[in-house]
Amino acid sequence: MLRWLIGGGREPQGLAEKSSVQTIGEEQIQNPYTELLVLKGHQDIVRFLVQVDDCRFASAGDDGVIFLWNVQTGEKLFELHGHTHKITAIAPFSSSDASEENKHLILTASADRTVIVWDCTSGTQVQKVSCFHSTVKCLTVLQRLDVWLSGGNDVCVWNRKLDLLCKTSHLTDAGISALVELPKNCVAAAVGKELIIFRLTASNDGSEGWNIVEVKRLVDHQDNILSLVSVNVFFLLLDVTFVTGSHVGELIVWDALDWTKQASECNFWDSSVHPDVQPEIKLSQSPNETSVQHLTSDEECVFAAVGKGIYVYNLQMKRVIACQRTAHDSSVLHIEKLPNRQVISCSEDGSVRIWELREKQQLTAEPASTGFFNMWGFGRASKQANQAAKKMQENTLMYFLELVGDLIGHSSAVQMFLYFGELGLATCSADHLIILWKDGERESRLRSLTLFQKLAQNGKLHLLVAQIYVFKKTQNQSQKKQSSNRTFACAVTILHQG
Amino acid sequence: MISAPDVVAFTREEQLDDALYSEPPLPEEYSVPLFPFSSHGANPWAKVASSKFTRDFILISEFSEQVGPQPLLTIPDDAKVSGTFDLNYFSLRIMSVDYQASFVGHPPGSAYPKLNFVEDSKVVLGDSKEGAFAYVHHLTLYDLEARGFVRPFCMAYISADEHKIMQQFQELSAEFSKASECLKTGNRKAFANELEKKLKDLDYTRTVLHNETEIQKKANDKGYYTTQAIEKANELASVEKSIIEHQDLLKQIRSYPYRKLKESDFHPYEPECALEQADAGSEQDPAASDLAEAGEMQLYNHMPSYTPKLIKAKSAKCFDKKLKTLEELCDVYFFTQTLDQLYQIERTFRGDMCYLLTEQISRALLKQQRVTNFLFEDVSLLDEKQPENQYRGCQGLGHDDIDRKCLEESSAPKVVISLGSYKSSVECVPIKMEQEMKDSQESRMSESVTFEQQDNLDYLDADLKGSISSGESIEVLGTEKSASGLTKSESQASLPVSPSPQAGRSKVGSRRTVSEDSIEVLSTCPSEALIPEDFKASYPSAINEEPYADDEDGGLRFAPKPAPAGAEQREDAANQEALVQVDSACCIGKESPGFLEPLAELGQKPCDEDGVVRIPPQPYREAEQGLHGAFGGFPSHEGVSGGLLPYELDSRYLTGSREVSKSSLDECSDSTSYISSAASTCSDRTPSPAHPGCRAGDRHRKRAGQGALRFIRQYPFAHPAIYSLLSGRTLVVLGEEEAVVRKLVTALSIFVPNGAVYAKPVKHWVTSPLHLLDFQKWKLIGLQRTGSPGGVNVLHALSRYSRYVSILDTDSKTLRCPLYKGTVVSRLADHRTQIKRGSTYYMHVQSILTQLCSKAFLFAFCHHLHLPISEREPEESVVNRRMNFLKLQLGLANEDIKIVQYLAELLKLQYIQEPGQGGSPLLRFDYVPSYLYKI
Repeated sequence: MLRWLIGGGREPQGLAEKSSVQTIGEEQIQNPYTELLVLKGHQDIVRFLVQVDDCRFASAGDDGVIFLWNVQTGEKLFELHGHTHKITAIAPFSSSDASEENKHLILTASADRTVIVWDCTSGTQVQKVSCFHSTVKCLTVLQRLDVWLSGGNDVCVWNRKLDLLCKTSHLTDAGISALVELPKNCVAAAVGKELIIFRLTASNDGSEGWNIVEVKRLVDHQDNILSLVSVNVFFLLLDVTFVTGSHVGELIVWDALDWTKQASECNFWDSSVHPDVQPEIKLSQSPNETSVQHLTSDEECVFAAVGKGIYVYNLQMKRVIACQRTAHDSSVLHIEKLPNRQVISCSEDGSVRIWELREKQQLTAEPASTGFFNMWGFGRASKQANQAAKKMQENTLMYFLELVGDLIGHSSAVQMFLYFGELGLATCSADHLIILWKDGERESRLRSLTLFQKLAQNGKLHLLVAQIYVFKKTQNQSQKKQSSNRTFACAVTILHQG
Repeated sequence: MISAPDVVAFTREEQLDDALYSEPPLPEEYSVPLFPFSSHGANPWAKVASSKFTRDFILISEFSEQVGPQPLLTIPDDAKVSGTFDLNYFSLRIMSVDYQASFVGHPPGSAYPKLNFVEDSKVVLGDSKEGAFAYVHHLTLYDLEARGFVRPFCMAYISADEHKIMQQFQELSAEFSKASECLKTGNRKAFANELEKKLKDLDYTRTVLHNETEIQKKANDKGYYTTQAIEKANELASVEKSIIEHQDLLKQIRSYPYRKLKESDFHPYEPECALEQADAGSEQDPAASDLAEAGEMQLYNHMPSYTPKLIKAKSAKCFDKKLKTLEELCDVYFFTQTLDQLYQIERTFRGDMCYLLTEQISRALLKQQRVTNFLFEDVSLLDEKQPENQYRGCQGLGHDDIDRKCLEESSAPKVVISLGSYKSSVECVPIKMEQEMKDSQESRMSESVTFEQQDNLDYLDADLKGSISSGESIEVLGTEKSASGLTKSESQASLPVSPSPQAGRSKVGSRRTVSEDSIEVLSTCPSEALIPEDFKASYPSAINEEPYADDEDGGLRFAPKPAPAGAEQREDAANQEALVQVDSACCIGKESPGFLEPLAELGQKPCDEDGVVRIPPQPYREAEQGLHGAFGGFPSHEGVSGGLLPYELDSRYLTGSREVSKSSLDECSDSTSYISSAASTCSDRTPSPAHPGCRAGDRHRKRAGQGALRFIRQYPFAHPAIYSLLSGRTLVVLGEEEAVVRKLVTALSIFVPNGAVYAKPVKHWVTSPLHLLDFQKWKLIGLQRTGSPGGVNVLHALSRYSRYVSILDTDSKTLRCPLYKGTVVSRLADHRTQIKRGSTYYMHVQSILTQLCSKAFLFAFCHHLHLPISEREPEESVVNRRMNFLKLQLGLANEDIKIVQYLAELLKLQYIQEPGQGGSPLLRFDYVPSYLYKI
């Protein structure tokens, strides 16, 4: 394409074909997003999107302004000013209490060392906390306890009224990179290479106060922990886990109850190495290529954005079941699992890609699919893995990630996205824009619906016209004779008078 | 856009092959009428060659009390225009038929002179010797120094084409009324000013006289009055009387019925409206008027103060005094406004009749398509308020008349007498003494035309033709006493009376108000309202009406069936009939995409059709009514066909099967129109624009059309490129030379549908890298290609967003865009087309685009194509129905579907958009592969 444009005349050769990144042509049957809406407002990189309720979301970024949008219409609802520096964390804080008129609040933390609580219904600032000694890097709401935690150099616990309930001692200068809620009133905080478990306990004097105590430090990671995700409870197994990923590509699965290491995956980026081999071998990789940027999970699998690739790690099998080593041209920044077995990833290269996790019979399908689907790496790895006899059965069930669509719109790194189900997908980017991707068919149908509703509304007038007509028609039938007689009579009278 | 004007002249019967007739006929509203005089074997322009002037012009004359009738000025102000035409003689003629009952002076029983606010009279005159026909608008201006305070003037639109005058009578009348109103408003102000000055003078004189008398009284203590003193006293008395008189006059002029101005018909000049009304307000309230007056005086006259002067007792009412000029009589501002208006009238009505008609028809038709016309039309041209109002008024009236006509015709008695017609015919005073007998006979005749419309029509025709060619060269062809407002107010509107049969005939054709045709109406196409419900199905001519019938009966209709009219409404039904009609017309005007709209039209439709058939060139009024039925029919069609009725969608509107023949006609007319225009009396051949802004638009169209023609001939891959534009995929024209790119963009812009905003989404020249936002905003972009590093960025951006754009490279003559396999574009842009002229091609394009628009309209507004009929119906069946509709009913193939879908989407967006809200533009796209086309 580009070569055709520059050189002219020659048939376009897919430039991307040469790179190992899987590409999809312009024909994307399964890609539902055929309509887009560009939301302008931000003046700087947009880093965060957070869902407020079914049809609203907030966006925030380096310009320190928070915007509230309607995902259906793309309408800008509110523009919240209050922070003087870039936003570092944002969290929704909706009250479960029905009595509080269903208030939707959001918390935002900024580099100006403040946290502001906003009311999404009225678009006003509810309260502002500015007694922090450091920038708050993460915010977590513990719905169950109706408190929220801020993580900077220390962890603070706040209640809904923004009273400081308790705080930890100074932990680190680098700040807490991630906080996640664990069962039994526990919280895991990622501090550098360490993972610290805190427990919230009600204070002894019976007042509303809480105490926060450090329970355990986990030091299994070799490098800074970048991502932390709590995996949904396996309802059947009554098993609770959480997963951490580090800068050098270690992925560790922890038991959320006793905080022991359940499994670890340190080198799944390297196809030539068996998963169980020790992590020393990974040195050949540059750290950037292997850092676990983002983790997400459903009940069975953890989806990891590692470098440019996407990996699917099955918790039960304790192994990677599918991967796409170069899913994007550059680092994958955010990854999300959709209910319909689809995975969406966004990357620094400005594209958003939609993947589908598919099963396939390894033996029959592999020859055809290698190369074409770029699956050879994983296929080989699993072939080598068949030494373990107990895994043989599982190996027959292979998964692969197939690219079903890509969304190209942003001209710079796509920082994050928010999936709204059938309402569409919101993506935010370093090009200051937010794009709403929508299903064109659905939108068209909705517009038709609106159209006919509007017609029905205006129908009063038409009804009038119709009535007039019917009225006239009946009149015509019955009074025709009469009226013409009358005209005649009139005329005769006038003639006589004249 | 509907019809090309240069086709009209070439429609003699031998040109129409039999093959044409075998095809489904075009609806009458679209068809090119046969030239009515073809039987005479003459070309349409031959008969007017006898006239002594080269083109139409406007003449203003005055009946001067000093020198008699004299021409004052002509518009355009060019000696060449009138040529050898004797303006003096013609002024005499037209001033001699002033019907204004302008009576000013001392009426019996009144002590003071009384001003009459007379209506202007509007007369059509023909001077067959001179070959001149004129619409004459008489008006009276007030002048304090004139005899009886009045100065009769007239404005005349003089043309060699009698038909133009007759058929454009309504329009001319409306336009001239505006001019006249403006002139008179200015005149009233000037007159009031003059009166005030005079009053001040008189006041001053009185004081002086009073003082003198006092002095004399004092000086003279002899006890008797000197003659001098008596004289002074008399003088004083006369001055006082004159003061009272003048005060009374002032009061009268102030009490001018301004309410008339408030009617929507009269708002010729917006800026003044406020003033005038403020004026009116202050003047209606005499008590409060003083202050306002002072302000007003300053406002209008900018006279700081007026120093009164002494008035001689015997003011010389004589011929030595120079009468005021027209400019002095009116305020300068108003005078120039009037001139502007007159110039615009001249511009509007100049040119050949067929241009006027096609222009008017297409404009009227476009206005009908309120929902769709924004797509490809320059809506700004249609948005004027004035014609709108006038048009609506006319429509209302037309309906009124027609409706009444239907009523009357349907009734058994043959005698139809309306009060109005009676009155107006009485007022038709014979002009010339020696012709009185004849004329009065004529007017009698005309009465009888209205009276015994049906019986002796032919007889009349034959009989009265003689009178036209009789020795007397001037005939009054028609007159209309009342302004349109008046017609409304009377329950029985005055039918225009036409003493001459020719005129009568034309009138019939043009307004279909005169009932001569009722025989034909009854015999050929009975009004549906007359057919009892039971017979309807079996009635042959009811076939066409089937959809309507279905619509009435079927349960598929969108709105619930209206309840039967209440009993009390029946009471004054006959009285309200007219009003209701006007109302409904207004409703329709406002709410065009109505489902039930056609219902209101049903009553009139049959008559309309008949009228359309009968008289080929029609002014837009009735065409529009016919069309109203036709277009109004769409919703009902669709309301039904949503449920997939068996009948075919009216192919007449939707198929373009006549395209081939049309284009060949086009070609012929292209070459012949030069000849014909040379024969034409009017000097400029261009379609006369009804709007001054049209000129530029015309040129633009011509250029764009020419460019587009060149494009489709030059590039074999024009079709996919045009398809890209029509389906909303942005087309980027890439090139190094700005001029080339700009030219191509201009040419291609005629294929770009407008979005929700009124501006064309076309960007002629961009040098920076394109962004997603650009594709959202622009659908056609000219892009610079440079070798510089910046240029590479531009190309990078382009290749990144390649899925949203089609790229036309003008340098290497390549195109990269999706495949197109449909048929619409090939009709739109046939590279073998015989069309040679840009404007003709433009019209060709417009006509096909209009077809597309109507399809899109149907598609968008069909309820069941988008929503399930019952709640349980699955979505797939709706989708199936939709695709079936597109493919089978609308006859669309492959990619054409996408065009219509895109247009329908635009229609939807436009319709659901809230008025004040801009609505964020959205970008729709498809994931379809692109291909590279090379020459």
